[in-house]
Amino acid sequence: MKQFFVFVRKEFYHVFRDKRTLFILFGMPVVQVLLFGFALTNEVKDSPVIVVDNAKDEASQAIIGKMYASHYFDIEKAPLSHNEILENFRDGKIKAAIIFPANFNADLSHTNKAQIQVITDASDPNTATTVLNYATSVIKSYQEELAQNTRIPYRISTEVRNIFNPQLKSEHNFVPGVMAMVLMLICVMMTAISIVREKEFGTMEILLVSPFKPILVVFAKLFPYLTLSMVNLVTILLMSVFVLGLPIKGSILLLVLLSMLFMVCCLSLGLLISNIAKSQQVAMLISLVGMLMPTMIFSGFMFPIENMPTLLQVISNIVPSKWYYTIVKFVMIKGLGFSSIWKEALILAGMTCVLFFVALKKFKIRLE
Amino acid sequence: MKEIVIQTEKLSKIFGDFHAVDGISFEVYKGEIFGFLGANGAGKTTAMRMLCGLSHPTSGKAMVAGFDVFKQTEKIKKNIGYMSQKFSLYDDLTILENLELFGGIYGMSRKEIREKSQSLIEKLGLENESKKLVGSLPLGWKQKLAFSVSIFHEPKIVFLDEPTGGVDPVTRRQFWDLIYDAAHRGITVFVTTHYMDEAEYCNRISMMVDGRIEALGSPSELKAQFHTDNMDEVFYQLARAAKRSDS
Ligand SMILES: Nc1ncnc2c1ncn2[C@@H]1O[C@H](COP(=O)(O)OP(=O)(O)OP(=O)(O)O)[C@@H](O)[C@H]1O
Ligand SMILES: [Mg+2]
Repeated sequence: MKQFFVFVRKEFYHVFRDKRTLFILFGMPVVQVLLFGFALTNEVKDSPVIVVDNAKDEASQAIIGKMYASHYFDIEKAPLSHNEILENFRDGKIKAAIIFPANFNADLSHTNKAQIQVITDASDPNTATTVLNYATSVIKSYQEELAQNTRIPYRISTEVRNIFNPQLKSEHNFVPGVMAMVLMLICVMMTAISIVREKEFGTMEILLVSPFKPILVVFAKLFPYLTLSMVNLVTILLMSVFVLGLPIKGSILLLVLLSMLFMVCCLSLGLLISNIAKSQQVAMLISLVGMLMPTMIFSGFMFPIENMPTLLQVISNIVPSKWYYTIVKFVMIKGLGFSSIWKEALILAGMTCVLFFVALKKFKIRLE
Repeated sequence: MKEIVIQTEKLSKIFGDFHAVDGISFEVYKGEIFGFLGANGAGKTTAMRMLCGLSHPTSGKAMVAGFDVFKQTEKIKKNIGYMSQKFSLYDDLTILENLELFGGIYGMSRKEIREKSQSLIEKLGLENESKKLVGSLPLGWKQKLAFSVSIFHEPKIVFLDEPTGGVDPVTRRQFWDLIYDAAHRGITVFVTTHYMDEAEYCNRISMMVDGRIEALGSPSELKAQFHTDNMDEVFYQLARAAKRSDS
């Protein structure tokens, strides 16, 4: 065990003494989150939203008051007709419209049910989702207030219309995408390079003639990169919550556990690459072209998979990032629990097991 | 009776249909400096790697430090040191960190590592460099350091693959002083080299040609056998017959 820690410490020295590695490790996640994220959030923050209050009653006024109070959107009240609203959308003057029906309060107090219509410009899916989430949360909090005064539950529903892109197809959930990309890159590339470097420099031979067990070499290599990837995961999540204002809706524990699974999967891929690659450059190239590109193309992060030719859709299934991306999206963005993602988790776990054992076996063979 | 520490019998390594090492048989005795000579591509590194447990022999037999290279590589590894043909310390670690790492890997205690590092650094005169990165040292020092690391854990046998490649004659001389020092402490030295003057420093040498051992004996025995007064000539006579040569 002491041997193991001596070795792990050495790995950390390698990382912290190499400026290039340090940059990739800690600079890249930050740069990527900012790059993918900032433009989008700024846009959301200042998005013009119109509120059409056809009811002008107690309930509608209360909800609108709450919306004003949060200063998140640029809200303006305007008594527009349906056609005028659509015109505003077409001219790009507004990103969303919230419409209260004429008899809002009356419906609510007589039938305990009322409906608010939310129309969003879904050509910018990020804003559309944010506006909707936001409106829903305001309405929910109002509902809860009402519920305190009475025992009969009130139900205010939102009728959503996403114009221009009804199914929010190209939903740019970039944070899950960035997570998949960064973890993939760090785990695969760093592991592969660090092992190939030892082969190139001849230090691997020295390790192999020592009584240090090859399996320990593997674990001692994986351990530091797993740790560093965890640091990255936390960085990305913190940035996503505090800088981009994208909350983690589901269980953090579930998210972290499944992220670790994905990391082990990527580490195994890195090990496998280190078996094939003869030089650090080749290792880097295989990692970038063979791993990062599929992540970008097939995870659904940049291009919606549903729109791809069938063959590519089939191929996308063997890309681990696709499953991880889906998991993160469901847990983090949609707030779903394990019961909704067990299938994806199981597939990812299966892939990880296979890759890990193949990698271990190959690593041993190489010593012969 | 001399104690045998390495013994091989028709040891071979075949890559595809290429006989890199072609049935070599020899013995190495405890405490001797055994020179393993041969032209480029003769199969020296390949043979050494088999003896170290890095490469699985195709056929034949070999015992190293009393253990079988086929079945007991783990035990062999505990009893040998190895310095590969490539320089093989970590450039981005300091001298002390390298010593700590390799000492640690061989299971030495922290106290033992500290004490031995101290005396080693004094012996090599590297007091001012001990906290410098190894990458910043001149090649000669790196080589001496790499050798010292390979015997840091006091192995029974040390394998040196062209340890003095590319260093100047003065440094080579110092390097051989270190080798003698180790041999005096009872460490058996198995060394490959291209330099014929170094062959003279060995107790016994073997001459490898195209994967086979063509001559074996002390430098004076070999010179007598080939009717000459220098090793260069012995080597030349043997190497002339070689088919496999990079040069
Ligand atoms: N893994 C391998 N696969 C195929 N051929 C190999 C392999 N390793 C070595 N060889 C070949 O075996 C022969 C002997 O190589 P080896 O490295 O043992 O020679 P050497 O005596 O150490 O030479 P040098 O003085 O150049 O170090 C060479 O022709 C080499 O090309
Ligand atoms: Mg060689």
